[in-house]
Order: sequence, then structure tokens, then C-alpha cells
Amino acid sequence: MKVKEILETMDYGKAPESPEQALAWIAKHEGKVSMYLNGEAYQPAGCEFFESRNPSNGEALAQIPQATQGDVDQAVQAARNAQVPWEELGGAGRAKYLYALARLVQKHSRLFAVLESMDNGKPIRESRDIDIPLVARHFYYHAGAAQLMDKEMPDHQAIGVAGQVIPWNFPLLMLAWKIAPALAMGNTVVLKPAEYTSLSALFFGEVCREAGLPDGVVNLITGDGRVGEMLVTHEGIDKVAFTGSTAVGRRIREAIAGQGKELTLELGGKSPYLVFDDADLDSAVEGLVDAIWFNQGQVCCAGSRLFVQEGVADAFHKKLKARMDKLRVGDPLDKSIDLGAIVDPKQLDSITRLVEDGLKEGGSLYVGSCELPETGCFYPPSLITEVDPACRLMQEEIFGPVLVGSTFRTPEEAVALANNTRYGLAASIWTENINLALDLAPKIICGVAWINSTNQFDASAGFGGRRESGFGREGGWEGLQAYARPRHSSQETLPAIEPKTGKPEPATAEIDRTPKLFIGGKQARPDSGYSYPIFSSAGMELGLVGHGNRKDLRNAVEAANSASGWAKSTAHLRAQILYYLGENLAVRSEEFAKRIVSMTGEDLASATREVELSIDRLFTYAAWADKFDGAVHGAPIRGVALAMNEPVGIIGMICPDENPLLGLVSLIAPALAMGNVVVAIPSEPFPLSATDLYQVFETSDLPNGVVNLITAKHAEVAESLAGHMDLDAVWYFGSSGQSGVVEKASATNLKRTWVNHGFARDWFDPMQGEGKAFLNQATEVKNVWIPYGE
Amino acid sequence: MNSTNHIDELARNLGTELDLDWILAVQANTSAIERRCKSLPGRRSIKKSNQAAWLLKAITCIDLTTLSGDDTENRVRRLCQKAKFPIRADLLKNLELEPGTITTGAICVYHDMVTAAVSALEGSGIPVAAVSTGFPAGLSPFPLRLAEIGESVQAGAQEIDIVISRRHVLTQNWQALYDEMKAFREACGEAHVKAILATGELGTLRNVARASMICMMAGADFIKTSTGKESVNATLPISLTMIRQIRDYQDRTGYKVGYKPAGGISKAKDALTYLALMKEELGNRWLQPDLFRFGASSLLGDIERQLEHFVTGHYSAAHRHAMG
Repeated sequence: MKVKEILETMDYGKAPESPEQALAWIAKHEGKVSMYLNGEAYQPAGCEFFESRNPSNGEALAQIPQATQGDVDQAVQAARNAQVPWEELGGAGRAKYLYALARLVQKHSRLFAVLESMDNGKPIRESRDIDIPLVARHFYYHAGAAQLMDKEMPDHQAIGVAGQVIPWNFPLLMLAWKIAPALAMGNTVVLKPAEYTSLSALFFGEVCREAGLPDGVVNLITGDGRVGEMLVTHEGIDKVAFTGSTAVGRRIREAIAGQGKELTLELGGKSPYLVFDDADLDSAVEGLVDAIWFNQGQVCCAGSRLFVQEGVADAFHKKLKARMDKLRVGDPLDKSIDLGAIVDPKQLDSITRLVEDGLKEGGSLYVGSCELPETGCFYPPSLITEVDPACRLMQEEIFGPVLVGSTFRTPEEAVALANNTRYGLAASIWTENINLALDLAPKIICGVAWINSTNQFDASAGFGGRRESGFGREGGWEGLQAYARPRHSSQETLPAIEPKTGKPEPATAEIDRTPKLFIGGKQARPDSGYSYPIFSSAGMELGLVGHGNRKDLRNAVEAANSASGWAKSTAHLRAQILYYLGENLAVRSEEFAKRIVSMTGEDLASATREVELSIDRLFTYAAWADKFDGAVHGAPIRGVALAMNEPVGIIGMICPDENPLLGLVSLIAPALAMGNVVVAIPSEPFPLSATDLYQVFETSDLPNGVVNLITAKHAEVAESLAGHMDLDAVWYFGSSGQSGVVEKASATNLKRTWVNHGFARDWFDPMQGEGKAFLNQATEVKNVWIPYGE
Repeated sequence: MNSTNHIDELARNLGTELDLDWILAVQANTSAIERRCKSLPGRRSIKKSNQAAWLLKAITCIDLTTLSGDDTENRVRRLCQKAKFPIRADLLKNLELEPGTITTGAICVYHDMVTAAVSALEGSGIPVAAVSTGFPAGLSPFPLRLAEIGESVQAGAQEIDIVISRRHVLTQNWQALYDEMKAFREACGEAHVKAILATGELGTLRNVARASMICMMAGADFIKTSTGKESVNATLPISLTMIRQIRDYQDRTGYKVGYKPAGGISKAKDALTYLALMKEELGNRWLQPDLFRFGASSLLGDIERQLEHFVTGHYSAAHRHAMG
């Protein structure tokens, strides 16, 4: 067009980034790229390939290898061989390689960005200005984490070999989030990129070679979901990390249940975006551009549910629609577009169908007036207002540039709407009132809350979800927990501890004592109406305990639910009550010791020691209650990223069979200290310490429902407990081999699990029986981003 | 996107009653505004012919300015000549444009230079703008400030750039600010009035936003960032804050108010970003000199060099272009 004409139209015109170098890189491989295994390009003879396409024009970019079981075996073996030397290299030694990777990502930044945009369809602005700089930042940060590990985390060591499966929405960034912390902590990895988007990962393999990374430390295998399954279920893997859909995350949870693997999942979301009537509405509108039209809305933490306070809803929607009309959709390599292509026709189809079906239930659709390219995989920015919580569109993740919206009246209603979801990944809160913002951030169930901002990421701040958005954090000190384990964990097998047997006896002259269940602060008879006898080591009947079943569990969870005020009580109050429990237990220590002796047959000295340690443990966690501080992360913003330790919620726990008092106390005390409420199944063979203990609870000001005790047969209730969808976590430390059952059943709502995998733990040893590992399990880290400046 | 701009006749802003509820509801979140401004240059890239056209457009929006104590009539005449012929004829020809089709938006001077400027620009259609009301501090006696406007209008200034009393903003005395602006507007008569907020002295973006709205309510034809004499002049965050108020004001009243960033804009690349900001937030209508001006003195030189680069493919030098 002539200059004179442009002076009239004032169009932007085209500003294309050249694909030449990226195409040349593909051409160098003659169109068939290689996996990266044991430090080498890997393309076995007879390898099958599949095509990776550019979604903006449908053109084939390259042929990608489909890994076989044999390839996965080799990759895992390579990682295994490399692991010990890599860990023994030490933190400072590993830091040098991570630093080299960071530098090389920067040196090749444009090629990475162009490859990413061509393969994935995201705008070059995003790959160039956001994805790739964050990748480099992640390697820098974790070079530092490696450097500091020996001094700052002396009690931790690598987990081993990590099997990592990542999604297609941020191919290289998710790779960095997985590989950098794993390597920093001394693990080696086998990673599978998503089948739609393997190219940047395979180029990263070449960069690893360039960095001189020791062979086998990073291995990259490609293929579809079958390869992912081969990888995560592989017996040579110690740790599985997955980012992707909730459906696949659930399958992985089930598939690897009982295999003794560590697992972190970063899954889907339907994150709320709350706009209050005192917000800067224009900025909140602009925030939505970054929330739901960033990466075409294909973002797990996309602010996809908009809730606007009623008084400003019309004005806000009007502004939003005007903004949508200005969005530019087009060629991902054009430097003047806002939205690129949807990753694949299948995804486009999924978005289209979900929106079409959803609209049948109601909702008012507005589509941005921007032009779409005539060909290629594009979807227009869309807003659907008047969508109610009962609609699919409000509940299901669309994973496209589609925002659904509704209104609220009060802050309380905003929180209720925000939390009315199975997910819990992120939230944005827009208000100029700091009181309101900081009141709401803790109330919304999520792993990340952004005040007057959205989609802020940094390597220094943990990212991750709650509920069905998964568990575990990536980034920050909290993220390192996912790739390190305590050095003191025992590798000894825990033998099954059988109940003592004997003959039922008639009542003695003593007054009959009836140990009941303890639910909602009340002693309750079991729903079943059955009891079973507990015998002493000498075969004497010690008493009958209630035979708890799933209905008792249900009642206990309901009681726990109504005790959620415990989480809001002050840490000082929780500390006082824990001290008081210790004090009241101490008064009866002799009785408790004798009870342990009578049940277990151990000597009085040992039993007395167990009681003393139980008191000590209560004091320890009373001490911790107001000292397990959060952090202020050094995120590169003018503002703070507050890492707040929040209670997990309701924790179901199957307690150790051995050490019936100390085992129970070791689990409930950290949970209570951090503000959780508990449904505990005591030692199966020796439950009477627990039933004695509720009398101590009753005299120690413990609010009703904060601890609920159900005597039951572990194998009978493990699945019901772990499968209960109103529990936020389940711990298993029993001796009847239920770890796998618990992990599998936990997939119902993807609750956090902590199980012993059949290994023993010495509850008398404070390195194993108490400490930060317990506190970490009893807390969720929520990062609250608060940019400031007036 | 390809539609030709229809440049409709502008209805002059008649102002509204002072609406304090509206003013107090105005918010501006600084960090969010800064993020938007930071990402904008990366979102819009204007290259080749489009860039050339946009730079020419920028020239037509420049208030070519001299506001120095040592200004003389000859100095002003030289500047006016530059306003009439801002681009070398050979470059214009290469861009397939007729000589005389591109002029700057206006010449901006102190009152004492108005007569010289009016005479130098006679017949060119380029208006003369006078800074007024005790520019830059605006602290001379109020009747004198009003009288100064009258003098400049009488001398032939078609645009008057007034300065507001910053203390009215800093003390949240919105009524006083409204009354002052209304009086200035009345004193201008047919001449268009630009309200200089001196944003660098208003403390917060929220104040900038509220002062912008007050001035529009009181009938400003343009709102302008700065005198060029404050330590902080035009910035993108300040601009975004002000033009969002322009948008809201139009939504409620139907009046289109112009915007003039002044001071500190000296690079062609910055000019492109400002134009993109106007286009994104307000639309193409605000890319015309009746609704958008740059207050700038050295911007033109950089644009000339960029245009020569576009025409010849070689980087240019300042001495190859006429000084103003």
C-alpha cells in the first residue's frame, strides 16, 4: 500500500518475524528431528515418526520420532547411570551447568522464540518477551538453588530419576520449570514434551550438549500419550512430575499408585477474576487481556471466570467489549498481533463444541469484532456473560480464548462464587482497597493470588494449585521440595503389626469402660453397632472398641468441616491449646504408659519414653505454631510476592500401628499447629491410647470437631477415607500395606497424599518423627502477588 | 481494519456541570497502568511503508515549540518556516506526496512571539498556539492570567495552552479547579484551549486522572501533560491515564477531547508508540491533529532522519535536514 493511502487508513500493516533461521534448523535435520538421549542425538533405526504442524497455516514443520518402550528403557537407564555422579558433583558443580544453560538460552533466544511460535501458534511477542526470558530466568534462579543447596538444605538429597511429562501450551517454559529444579537438587531427568510441540525441547537437547552437560543428566524422548504412560509407570523412575489436564493427571495418579514414586501434578483450572466496584476498571479490563487472551487462553491459570460487582457490571462489560474489538488475531510471527493460532485443529474443535453446547444452557455471547485469518487454526476472543454456576461453561475448563462471566453483590458472595469449583489454581482480585484485597486473598482456594494483576510468574515464587488443580509447587524454595527428600528417611521395611489375640473374658470387678469413637467433640457409638475386642500382650481382654465404618468417616468429615474456624484462629491460640494438651497428658503419663505396656507388651521404660516424647512433640509443635513463617519472595516487580503458609484443610490420617500414642501425636500435632482439622484412624492393633486421649482433648479446650477419632480396621476404611471428596489430604502410616490403595483412591478429587510405601519410620528419632517435613505436609504455600506504587 | 477514516467535524466540548461523584469514583492503578504501557511497544510494531506513513502523520500532529527566554522574532520566523516545510522536498517526492501537504500541527510560542508567528504563517493554515496564564507556574494574579489569554487571542493565537493551579489538585479543591478552568475557557472565546496539567507536579496518577476529568467538565478542548519545565514530563503511563479519562468523558457526554503529550518525546520510535497508544485506546479518530498533538521541539529532526532512511536505505545525519 502507498504511503499516501496508509496516511488515510493508519493501519499497522504487517511486521513479520522471519522464520528463516528456524526453518534452516529444521532443514539441517532433513526434516526429521532427533530425540536426545545420554548426551547424543538419538534416532534409532526403524524409528517411526509423526508430523508436527504449524497451526497457523497447517503446514508440516518436521517429523518427530515416536519413542518405543525400548527407547524409554534406554533413556531411564541413561538417567539412572548419570544420577549418582551428577548428585556427587555437588551443588556448586551443578550450578555451573545450570548457569551455562541459562546463558545459552539467552544466546539462542530468538531461535527458541521463533520455533516456539511456529510450532505452538503463540504470538512471537509472547514467546520472545515472556516465555523465553522466563526460561532463562528459571535456569538462573536454579543455578543459584544448586549453589546454595549444600549449605541451606543440608538435610536433603536428590530423589533420583525424574520422569517428566509436559503440555503443549508453554513447551519450553514448562520444560524449564521441570528440568531446572530437578537438576539443581541433583536429580537426572527423562522428559517427554507434548506431541504437538516437541521442537523447542529437541533444540534444547542440542543446547544441553553445547553446555557440556554430562551424558544422561537430561534425556528427551518424544511421542504421544502412550510414551508418557511408559515413562511415568517405568519402574526406574523415582519421581513423576506432570503438567497437563486434570483427566490425565488423575490417570497418572491411579497408574502409579503404590509404586513408591513421588508425584507432583500441575493440572487444569477455572480461575476466578474478581472486579470490585472501586477497582480501576480500565486496568482490570486490560488485565483480562493478559488473563484470558494470553496464549489464546490456553493457560492452566487463565482468569477464565469473570465476576464483576453488580453496580459496575454494565460499565465494565461495555469497556471490555470495546477492548475486545481492538484485539488483533493473526499470524503468530506478526509482531503486531495479540492472539495467535490455537495449537491444533482438535483443540479448536474442542473449544468450539464446548462453547456451542454450553450456550444451550444460557449465557449471552459477545465475539470481538476482530478479523480472523481465512485459513489456519483460529478462534476469536469471546465473552459469555450471564453464565451461572450451574452452567457447564462456568465449571468446565474451555482452554481457549473464551471468558465466562457473572456478577456478585458482596465480598462474601464473591468468595463463595470463586470457590464454587473443583479447581483451585489461581485468582485475580481487583480493588483499590487493600483491606479488601488482603482479606480475600487467603479466603480463595488457590495456590496463587494476584492483586490488581494477573498471570505474573517468576522463578522465585512458587506456582501450583489446590483441589483438582493438583499439588506441589514449582519455583521458589517451596518448589525445591518437589525434587529433594530428607536424608533421614528410612529404607527399612515396616513389618505388619498384628493385633494381640486372646479369649474374651467376663467383666472384672472394675467399672466397665467403653471406648467410643470421638466425632465433633462428642463420644459417639459406631454406626455399625459392632465392637471388637482388644487384647493385651498376655491375652487378656482390655476392652471393646467401636468398629468404625465409612458412615462414621462421613460423620467425622462433616464434623471436621464445621470446625473450619480452627484455621482462622490465631497461631498463638493453637499453640496454647497444644501446650495445654501436653500439660494434661503429662498429668496422666503414668496411666498412658501402662496402657501402652498392656497393649504392646513392651517394657515400661520404653512406654514411659513414648509418653514423654508425645508430650515433647506436642510442645514442639506448639512452639512451631507461630514460627513456621512464610516468605517474601524476591520477584522482579515493584511489589511483594508473599508466600503464605496456609493449612491444607481437612486431613484424613491412618496412624502408625506401632507406638500407638507417639505415632498418633506425631501426625495430629503438626496438623493442628498449622490450622488443619483432622480425621484420624488410630493404630489398629493398639487403639486404646487414642480412645484414652480424647479425654485429654476434652479437658484441653480443643474446639469440637478439630480432631475426630475413628477406631477401625485400616484395610476396611483406607479406600473410603482416601476417596472422600471433601478431604484435602490423606496420610497413611499404617503397617497393613495400604499405601497403594490410598494413593489410588485419592485420585477422586486429587487430594494430596503422604504415605509410607511400606517403609518404617522411627518415631522416637526426632530426625524422622518430627520437623519441617511434617509442617510442609500440613501446609499449602499460597503466593500472593501484590504490586504496589501510587 | 482497512476502512478509511472518516474525519467528522468536531463538535466543540461544551463541558458539563461539576460532577463530584464521578470525579471521586475515578481510579488509576499505577502498577497496572505501567504494565500496560510496558507491553504496548512489544504488541504493536510498525514497519516500512506503514512506519513512513505513521511518521508523516506524527509530523502533522507536532506543535513545533519554542519557549525560551531568548526567543526573538527571527528565531520564531525560522521555526515557522520549518513548520510549513518540515520535510525535504525530495523525500516527500519519493514518498509520492505533494509539497505542502505535510505541515506541522501548529507553532507554539510565548505571547510576545505570537504576532511574529502569525505573520510568518500567514496563508499556511497552520495555527499559532500561545502558552498563557502565567506559564509555566501559573501563579500570577488571576485577573492578569485571564487578561493574558485575551491579549494572545487578540494577537491572533488560535490556540491557548493554559496552566492549571496545581495547588487545587494537591488540596483536592475540585470546585476551585473547575471554576478556574471554566473562566479560562470563557476568556479564550473561539480560540481552542488546551489545559496543561503539569502532571509531574500532581503527585499521583489518580490526581492526574481526576484533574483531567475536571478540566474536560469545565470545557477544555485538549488536555495536555506538561509545560516542559517540570522534572517529569510526558510519559506513557501518564498519557494512558489521561486518555482513558478522555474515553470515559466521551462515553458519557459524546464530546471528543484532544490530547497533547508534551516534553520528553524526542525519538521517532516514541512517536510511533504514542500514536499506537492513541489508536488502541481511543481509535483512529484521535490520530488527527484536531485531536492529537505532540508538544515537541527535537522530535521532528529524528523523524526526518528516519524518513530519509526509509527512502534511501541508508542511515541519515542531522545536518542533511533543515534546522528550525
